[in-house]
Amino acid sequence: MVEAALAEAVTHSAAGAALDIEQVSHAFDIDGAELPVLSDVSISVEPGEFVALLGPSGCGKSTLLRLVAGLDKPRAGALREDEVRIKSPHPSRVVVFQDPTLFPWRSVWDNVALGLEAQGILKSQRHRVDAALDLVGLADFRNAYPHQLSGGMAQRVALARALVNDPKILILDEPLGKLDSLTRITMQAELVSLWQRKGFTTLLVTHDAEEALVLANRVIVFSDRPARVKADIRVDRPYPRHRGDPYLADLRRQILGLLGLDVTW
Amino acid sequence: MSTYSLSDGLASGAPRVSRAPLLAWVRESGAGVAASIAWIAFGLSCLLWEDVGDWSRTHSLGIAAFIVAAVALFGTVGADYLGSAGRALRQRAAWLVALGAFLTLWELATAKFAWLPLPFFPPPQSIIEVYTDDLPKLLDSVFASVKLQLGGYLIGAAVGFLTGVSIGWSRAVGYWVHPVLRFIGPLPATAWLPIAFFTFPSSWSASTFLIALATGFPVTVLTWSGVASVSSAYYDVARTLGAKPSFLVLKVAIPAALPHVFVGLFMGLGSSFAVLVVAEMIGVKAGLGWYLQWAQGWAAYANMYAALIVMSLLCSGAITLLFAIRDRLLVWQKGTVKW
Ligand SMILES: Nc1ncnc2c1ncn2[C@@H]1O[C@H](COP(=O)(O)OP(=O)(O)OP(=O)(O)O)[C@@H](O)[C@H]1O
Ligand SMILES: [Mg+2]
Repeated sequence: MVEAALAEAVTHSAAGAALDIEQVSHAFDIDGAELPVLSDVSISVEPGEFVALLGPSGCGKSTLLRLVAGLDKPRAGALREDEVRIKSPHPSRVVVFQDPTLFPWRSVWDNVALGLEAQGILKSQRHRVDAALDLVGLADFRNAYPHQLSGGMAQRVALARALVNDPKILILDEPLGKLDSLTRITMQAELVSLWQRKGFTTLLVTHDAEEALVLANRVIVFSDRPARVKADIRVDRPYPRHRGDPYLADLRRQILGLLGLDVTW
Repeated sequence: MSTYSLSDGLASGAPRVSRAPLLAWVRESGAGVAASIAWIAFGLSCLLWEDVGDWSRTHSLGIAAFIVAAVALFGTVGADYLGSAGRALRQRAAWLVALGAFLTLWELATAKFAWLPLPFFPPPQSIIEVYTDDLPKLLDSVFASVKLQLGGYLIGAAVGFLTGVSIGWSRAVGYWVHPVLRFIGPLPATAWLPIAFFTFPSSWSASTFLIALATGFPVTVLTWSGVASVSSAYYDVARTLGAKPSFLVLKVAIPAALPHVFVGLFMGLGSSFAVLVVAEMIGVKAGLGWYLQWAQGWAAYANMYAALIVMSLLCSGAITLLFAIRDRLLVWQKGTVKW
């Protein structure tokens, strides 16, 4: 079973891209004062790896994801996708933002079709939109408008909108944060199986140490703002993982300790 | 509707059979009966007394009032057999009462007892007379007004929309157009009237220009503010999905700004009506504004009221049409205003 999962991940690893974050620093100007947000962050992600980013609120995780997406340029350092410098957004790196930001004037189906339409390939690829909607379980809501969806459903549409593009790097900013715990566990399992099947590289920001440990190969813990890499933890456990696994519980305690929480439970 | 009252009756109607149906009947048809009484009163007010003036349609108007009364009575009492038309009639029955009462009072105050000074307050039958006897001229005027208004409004709306999008999108265009807009825009379009009428080759082109100007300013400003206020998160999403600048304008900025654009279109419609009427009164020798002016010259007060009623129907119709278009295009919005 371990071998099977591993073999699958390896055979599909060509679908994922390598990501190199090299000594990246970033800051914002607020009222003339400089607010440093990222400080000398270096992370090297292998193709097909699933990396979770954990850190205190406001430390700079979303900022780092915007740099990886190419939406902003870092003040110092460089980011590379498969050795190529990231200068602007590209559909090979798709982001699911913290907020679903669905386009309210488009139906669910049209929202999911957005990427294919923007790239001018929608006509021949309509089936991919249907497949993505099936995947997140919202095929029945294809004609609904965003204001008719629940928060969790909107987040799932945002996920489908990203997945339909077959990204090489999937960038997730707390995509499961708004879901109820039941849907959340289902979606976590979906995400893992999807990642294993497609082999894209995944970058997941989360507040939840347990979620990070259930999903990722690697957990990176950031310090308070400005974010520095505080710990880089490998999670060598086969999938599907069990929440009660004592090995994971041990790692969880360790991570919460790094985040400044002394847990005894 | 019918299933609703049926289950109602099954659930609670049995013990108080004797009183409930009468009450329900009064509640449902009372207003209809009252409406028919009001219109019978109007009909009688036409026929019972002699007119103080010389009007030819008094008798026909009285008969017409009785017909309305009959329709109101049978329409509301028998509404259950008339489907949606019956339901609509029932809903408006209270208005029919008010209208009948108003017409009765109007008839008595003008044609019968002359409580109101006469040439200035014509009776209902003299307005009817205008519609029957002066119809060709009135129709010509309507046609001329609609043609002028439609041309000017469409040009103004299109130019305003394109200008607004360009200012909202491009800094360079904004640099040049914004000051011009600030300087010229707030000027009422009617202030251009004297200049426009001798610089343009025809009074018709001058009026078209003025109507377009009155429409264009609010449409430009609101389109611009709509485009400028689109959340950058939408652009971020589109850009990470591979959108090019043309896609960002056509598929993100414009649809997101559309609710604002419609506010501008409504404002433009209002101010262009004002320009239309003034332009017709002063320069163009056609249209409802000109008809009003002409009627005033002949002290034909009934013609003025008749033209005013037509004008208000046209303006209201135009607004209704714009609302219908908006509701179609903006189905995705929740809680829009009902006109
Ligand atoms: N566009 C911006 N302009 C100015 N400051 C910003 C901007 N975006 C983010 N910041 C600041 O940068 C810091 C990091 O923000 P960021 O959104 O990256 O945090 P985060 O780690 O994602 O937090 P959370 O977990 O709460 O989402 C915050 O203090 C925020 O105020
Ligand atoms: Mg964040």
